Amino acid sequence: MSSEAQHKDTVITRREFINVAAIGAAFLSLAAVFAGLFRFLKPKVAYEESTKFKIGAADNFPVGVVTKFDEKGVFVFSSEDGLYAISCVCTHLGCLVTLTEAGFDCPCHGSKFNKDGKVVGGPAPRALPWLQISRSVDGSLEVDTAKEVSAGTIFKIA
Amino acid sequence: MSESRNSGIGVLADNLKSIWCSFAGSFFRAGKPTSDMSRAAIMVNNFFLHIHSVKTHINSLRPGYTLGMGLISMFLCLITVGSGVALMVYYNPSLENAYNSVKDINFVVFAGRLIRNAHKWAGEGMIVFVFLHMARVFYTNSYKSGREFNWLVGVVLLGLTFMLNLSGYLLPWDQLSYWALVIVSNIMQSPKELTDSLGLTKYFDVGSFSKELFLAGLKPGKEALTRVYLLHVVFLPVILLVIIGVHFWRIRKDGGLTKPVNYAPKYDDIQYVIAPDKKGGIFTPNKTYGLMELAKGKTPAVNIDVEHSVLSWPNLLIAEAAVFMLCMAGVIAYSYYIDAPLKELANPMIPENPAKAPWYFLGLQELLSYSAFMGGVGLPTIALLGLALIPFLDREKDKVGIWFSGKQGKGVAIEALIVGTIVLVGLMAAVIAFGWFRTWWPDIPQIVITFINPGVIWVGFMILWALFVTGRTGSTRMGAIALFTMFLLSYLILTYIGTELRGPNWAFYWSKSQWPAH
Repeated sequence: MSSEAQHKDTVITRREFINVAAIGAAFLSLAAVFAGLFRFLKPKVAYEESTKFKIGAADNFPVGVVTKFDEKGVFVFSSEDGLYAISCVCTHLGCLVTLTEAGFDCPCHGSKFNKDGKVVGGPAPRALPWLQISRSVDGSLEVDTAKEVSAGTIFKIA
Repeated sequence: MSESRNSGIGVLADNLKSIWCSFAGSFFRAGKPTSDMSRAAIMVNNFFLHIHSVKTHINSLRPGYTLGMGLISMFLCLITVGSGVALMVYYNPSLENAYNSVKDINFVVFAGRLIRNAHKWAGEGMIVFVFLHMARVFYTNSYKSGREFNWLVGVVLLGLTFMLNLSGYLLPWDQLSYWALVIVSNIMQSPKELTDSLGLTKYFDVGSFSKELFLAGLKPGKEALTRVYLLHVVFLPVILLVIIGVHFWRIRKDGGLTKPVNYAPKYDDIQYVIAPDKKGGIFTPNKTYGLMELAKGKTPAVNIDVEHSVLSWPNLLIAEAAVFMLCMAGVIAYSYYIDAPLKELANPMIPENPAKAPWYFLGLQELLSYSAFMGGVGLPTIALLGLALIPFLDREKDKVGIWFSGKQGKGVAIEALIVGTIVLVGLMAAVIAFGWFRTWWPDIPQIVITFINPGVIWVGFMILWALFVTGRTGSTRMGAIALFTMFLLSYLILTYIGTELRGPNWAFYWSKSQWPAH
């Protein structure tokens, strides 16, 4: 056996190894605690309503009429071609836009959208999303606020 | 035997007879403050007073030097703690009861409205006085020569003050609370604006993650209210009070408040203070030190300017008591006449129009109206970082403790005030009159607006101006004065625009009377 002094440059001493291992273990367990804390804080269940809701039969939407579903934050438009739904939640910071002659206005920070929901002014980073309309098994129409469709997608009633 | 019993009972009887003296004496251990010795002993032996040194420099007692701003901030903080605990007796953090319990506090509980008003106004007062205190420390050049760390602690305290005010007005669950919670949570989500532009959102959606963590869901609801409540009554106050302790501790360790190197008391200054009885003994420049001597850095006023120091009892304590009484009187008088706002019950279906934050955030709201990410996250971070870096970028050691570092600094500050007003008002006027990129080219990519918007341009101008001043004067201190002055100025101007000149749909109006009637 050679003395520790001779090996000092190349060999990690037992003391150094244990020091590093202890400190490393402390930091690792701390990291585990923080990861656990994040997981603890992140809810597993959101007690919120379903994003999908029924809007009734197509007869409820005569051509040219706009129906607002306040609680869901959705406008349903009825045109010659069919129905389309546009979210009224502003893409900037989540206020609810109002319908105007030219399109939509947001009361909080002044975003402006045209009739198709496209941004024409203000800070909103994206157009108002068009939402999916589908027909449920009982014949009623449904809108899903979590499912976005590309702008211009019209649900044909015929 | 009888003799010993007699003496035992006798001693007890004597003890009983003198109980008032010995009992009181155990509280007032230093005796009456009739000599310098006992006045010094009070400061050393009392837990609450030993935060001060036995002697205080006359310059620190000059109202014209400190303006009492830090003390006022601290006292307002104490008032919010006291009134806040009182409010917790009746407030109930649940969606069903929050609003009603605040109404009860306002209209039913004895003195409830006064306590709530005092809590609200002392909290908002903290914002004003913490800012003024920061400005005092900055302009008297007191953030350097060992005080860099305490300046950083102060910047953290400024941030905490804002966070406490913010979490406070989320609690009543009125229209302001609800829509502020919507907006704040979406600001937390706003890094998405950036990750969307870079196509990173599907790998790394930090925005949505932090929003969900904060709200405990996707929409503000009961769990969100619980979290905000915990932040407001436990988490943030405990951190604030601990850090305030560190802030005060550092003042002592950094050698007390700053003072000019060649300080000479004026006649006016001497008038304020009561001089020590005697000049000898422990009050000579040659006083001896204990273990304190071993501490690194500047221990309290060692051998410096001892002839300009006076006993803290009574000189400092009288001044502090006076400031406290003025604070209390001010808050109570203000709260008696002016009520804290309470809007109607939160309505998730209808935002207010305009939906305005309290005044101290309206400058930020103006910036938000250019870009959610830059206004809500990017620029505030740059501002806080800029404040934190000041003592490390300007390390000139001379002229510490002198307002504006002398005449040149005053000139630079006034110049920054004038130039800043012209440029910022001009920029804002142009934006209000002509709009911004999206108005001209609706198809412009979002990332361009995120990085080039009026807020960013203004911050860029401030930095360029500070560099220009630094180059012209050859002094980093002068550059810092220009930058800091413009920072304060923009806070004022943007707050004014947000408060007075913005109406429904965040459109421009000269005054509220021009708002369209709904």
